[in-house]
Amino acid sequence: MSSVFDKLWTALRGGVREIGDAIVDNNGIRIFEQEIKDAEANIAAAKRSLTEVMANKMQAARKVDELSQSIRQNETYAEKALAQNNEALALEVAGKIAAQENDRNEQQAIVTRLEQQIEQLKGHIKKAEKLIADHQRELALVRTTESVQKATEQVVENVASNNSAMNSARESLERIKKRQEMRQDRMAAGDILAAEMGDGTLDSKLEAAGIKGGKADASAVLARIKAGKTQ
Amino acid sequence: MSQLQELTFTLGEINFEGHTFNCLPIKGSQQVLQVLVSELDEVPIYMTITDTQILCIAYLCRTHEIRADKQTEVHRSMLEMNVAMPLSSFAIVEDYYVVFGALAPSSRQEDICRELITLAANAYDALEALEEFLN
Repeated sequence: MSSVFDKLWTALRGGVREIGDAIVDNNGIRIFEQEIKDAEANIAAAKRSLTEVMANKMQAARKVDELSQSIRQNETYAEKALAQNNEALALEVAGKIAAQENDRNEQQAIVTRLEQQIEQLKGHIKKAEKLIADHQRELALVRTTESVQKATEQVVENVASNNSAMNSARESLERIKKRQEMRQDRMAAGDILAAEMGDGTLDSKLEAAGIKGGKADASAVLARIKAGKTQ
Repeated sequence: MSQLQELTFTLGEINFEGHTFNCLPIKGSQQVLQVLVSELDEVPIYMTITDTQILCIAYLCRTHEIRADKQTEVHRSMLEMNVAMPLSSFAIVEDYYVVFGALAPSSRQEDICRELITLAANAYDALEALEEFLN
């Protein structure tokens, strides 16, 4: 991990490169990707041979079990022959047991050897997988750096020239402040308007005080008519 | 359709907590989407998607806009602020100070919306905080 991190760190620091220069050239990235692919192929192969070795081990272990069973069986036979004082038969059985025990030791040795191989293979796979994960993280680091770099260049090219988006901080702040003022003005205007439309207006105060003529009132109209006046 | 293209369509239709999103794809080899968050649209957000993350970036200003004698102080403040600032961090990209947020590519639309709004608000705050250090 540290190697790529170091490289990026150095490349990004102190204006070593001009804007637009790639941090890691494409060729470098391709080689890196190829290395990851190779490692993945190696892991796949290691996993295949692991299953084979495990199958072999299971087979050998089964043979050990079978031999052990057979040995136990033969031991009872030998005991029975001895019980019948048939020393010769017992000796023959004992000979078979001895051969089986040798066989079993051989098979047991194979099991042990295969078990070691399995552990080794598993270790290799684990290491390779960690390596790949590290490589992928490194690659992501480089790729992201490149993506951000490219994105920024595109934004600068496409946006800065014909839009205010990439203006200086001062200009941005100016615009933000103007917008905030406008929003505040709008809110204040809204308050004023609300007040004018509501009860608090001068007209309604005058009406309430009976200074300014109120609305036409049905009883007043009726009274006027009764009094014989027409308008 | 790429994830960013999909986002361009979906974001354009959404109203999230009172905000809408005005999306404009930026042309070039890298897929970049400009997003203007309503009410916070003076600082555009630029989204780009890599293998490992969705990156949302708000460009604050060029590095030379900060007073040379205040640079160290500004950098220190930015580092100190980084953890507290919700969902966003300060960074330098090329020659720009930026605030950015990174999301997993598997993020839900809701998370992306919240990221965009929070980032835009953070950028506003950051610009205001930077004002006293500007040339």
